[in-house]
Amino acid sequence: MAAEALIEFDKITKSYGRHAVIRGLDLTVCRGEFLTLLGASGSGKTTTLMMLAGFEEPTSGAIRMNGAPIEHLPPHRRGIGVVFQNYALFPHMTVAQNLAYPLRMRGMKRAGVEEEVRRAISMVRLDGMEDRKPAMLSGGQQQRVALARALIFKPELVLMDEPLGALDKNLREHMQFEIRELHRQLGVTVVYVTHDQSEALTMSDRVAVFHAGDIAQIAPPGDIYEKPSDAYVAGFVGENNLLSGSIEASPGNLTAVRLSSGTVVSVACPWSGSGPVTLAVRPEKMGLNQDAEGLANRISARVTELAYLGDQLRMLVDLGGGQIAMVKIAAFDKNRPQVGDTVDIGWNPEDGHLFASD
Amino acid sequence: MITAARSEADKEAGHRRLNRRRVTSLLLVAPLLIFTIVVFLLPIVTILTNAVASPEVSTGLPRTSLALAGWHPADRNLPGGEVFDALAQDLSEKSPERTRAVAAAARRLNYEVGGFRSLLVSTERAVKKSADDAGNWRERLIGMDGRWGDIETWQAIRRAAPAHTPFYILSALDMRQAADGSIGMVPENQRTYVAVLMRTLKVAAVTTLICLALGYPFAALMVKSGRNFAFMLLGAVMLPFWTSLLAKTSSWIVILQEQGPLNKLLIWSGIVSSPLQLIFNATGLYIVMAHMMLPFMVLPLYSTMKGIPSHYMKASSSLGANPARGFFHVYLPMSLPGVGAGALLTFIVSAGYYITPSLVGSPREQMLGYFVAFYAYTSVNWGLASALGLMLLVCVLALYLLAGRTVGVRQIAGLR
Repeated sequence: MAAEALIEFDKITKSYGRHAVIRGLDLTVCRGEFLTLLGASGSGKTTTLMMLAGFEEPTSGAIRMNGAPIEHLPPHRRGIGVVFQNYALFPHMTVAQNLAYPLRMRGMKRAGVEEEVRRAISMVRLDGMEDRKPAMLSGGQQQRVALARALIFKPELVLMDEPLGALDKNLREHMQFEIRELHRQLGVTVVYVTHDQSEALTMSDRVAVFHAGDIAQIAPPGDIYEKPSDAYVAGFVGENNLLSGSIEASPGNLTAVRLSSGTVVSVACPWSGSGPVTLAVRPEKMGLNQDAEGLANRISARVTELAYLGDQLRMLVDLGGGQIAMVKIAAFDKNRPQVGDTVDIGWNPEDGHLFASD
Repeated sequence: MITAARSEADKEAGHRRLNRRRVTSLLLVAPLLIFTIVVFLLPIVTILTNAVASPEVSTGLPRTSLALAGWHPADRNLPGGEVFDALAQDLSEKSPERTRAVAAAARRLNYEVGGFRSLLVSTERAVKKSADDAGNWRERLIGMDGRWGDIETWQAIRRAAPAHTPFYILSALDMRQAADGSIGMVPENQRTYVAVLMRTLKVAAVTTLICLALGYPFAALMVKSGRNFAFMLLGAVMLPFWTSLLAKTSSWIVILQEQGPLNKLLIWSGIVSSPLQLIFNATGLYIVMAHMMLPFMVLPLYSTMKGIPSHYMKASSSLGANPARGFFHVYLPMSLPGVGAGALLTFIVSAGYYITPSLVGSPREQMLGYFVAFYAYTSVNWGLASALGLMLLVCVLALYLLAGRTVGVRQIAGLR
């Protein structure tokens, strides 16, 4: 990634009264990238976006765009496109009038406006809908108008606040693809807010995971998933088994961890501390019975629950001492175990991640 | 067979259940229905009929009315002797109810021709004195009063004789039917009601505009401000609304009068050197009317503005519109249904006001309602009172239909 900074957040804090929502946030958005702010509700991701758009002012700290401070600039002078969660299409204007609005506000001549609107309409494939009011469009079509309206004045940066939240699953996946495609074609920088981690992983160049008003980790999707920086990210992004334990020995690169069930497992992760730890192992990395053979860590466990999901089977197993882990296996597996069976669970030391417990 | 009979019986029971439910629902709405008919529909129908009804002459002078039907005033001849005889007969009856009926006819005929009342009353007295003598009333009546020899006198009776008359409605429009039956405007110096109607509509329109100018920013502030402050603002609008109309009006008279606190403040602060005339003229009327009407404007505006989500203005500014342009292009158009509803409500209520204008306005500011009340209570001319009321009703209905066409009745009613 050519890391030329478009936006910089410099020690931004935001509080409402005594309640701090953002605590000392540093963030750089690179030109041309698709950055997703991912987090649970109340994690501060939307507040961050609103401060970038100009609807909220930071309590302290600076926001710079192309090196110039913008934190006191009103929204209409920032030139940042925003796609709102509920689209915010003006109900009394037609599709064409909605699209023309930002151009008219910039004093563009009528002929130029008409040309740009025509182009934007064909870009989002809404030809023939120019004269419809937003209420006469489907959710997906409204979404496309909102996208086109935020892009039509060629902003350097477009913000999207959970734009797909109101759509059903199939349409959402389709629109994810379309947004990606628009981003690729136009080369515009996108900051995208979502609480849906699979959306974040599929769409982004980088993902910033928000936790309690700060960024827990910011990295490309693969790193977020494979190399979570802490237990929160490991648990929030994707499914994960978080097993508590303590350090038994840490000679060199292989650390021995005693799980609370009593079993000792090895993790390919150097460790220097001695306090309680959390071990994270993805369910899909755990092998069952014959798949567990030859793996360095093997535990005998009892099946407590089975859930059939069509393509796969989700199995909860008791590792002993009340420590529950989830294992995913293919649903067509002929030798699938029953509830109450004793099975072998195994994984590689490389597939475990260690974090200090708080 | 058995099943067929069973299903017949089932159907029968089903019908009965349905009928019972219908009767029950009818009973439930009955009080409201009866109430609406009695206090709303009936008075309107009464007004409509009163405005065109003219039973006085045909009941007061039945024989004369009947006899006059055969007379053709176009010939420029006086009616035949039988009409004079019929009149004398009508006037000679001595029972009290007949006398009352003649008096009503006299009052009615006086609307047609000034002085008719005294003519008929004196003639009646004279006829009763010489009632025993028979025949030849033509010469004798003309001898009593020369006006009986004028064709116009008889034309007036003939015009007023039918049970229905356009007279009141024409009067309300400053028009009248000439002796030959043609319709035209009354002489310029006698025209009143059209000017009063125009004044009424003007006062209502100006009041509406003042309320809009005051109410729009007020409602917007209510929507913008926090819960407690909004509640206070709402109270500021509603408290006067809950206060008696007379109390409010008299407080305004106290405040605005020549030696009142407002004038004293203006003089003390040096803004004016001599007291302003703030009451008993148009200024006072508009101040007080605007205060009375403000809730009718603010409440619909508030409820419409409350329904405009904040993200539209955010979207507008993110698209490059400064707050002023965003307001004119986005907020104002979205709040128009509230403006329409508030303006219509304010206008209709103001147009019907009469106590406030009659208390704080000069005679020049009296509105149509004042004249309706005057004719209904003081001069007991129900026909004209009804016709004037009808005129106001028609204006308001026309306005309502117009507003319905442009803004949409459903939006005004908040149904959207």
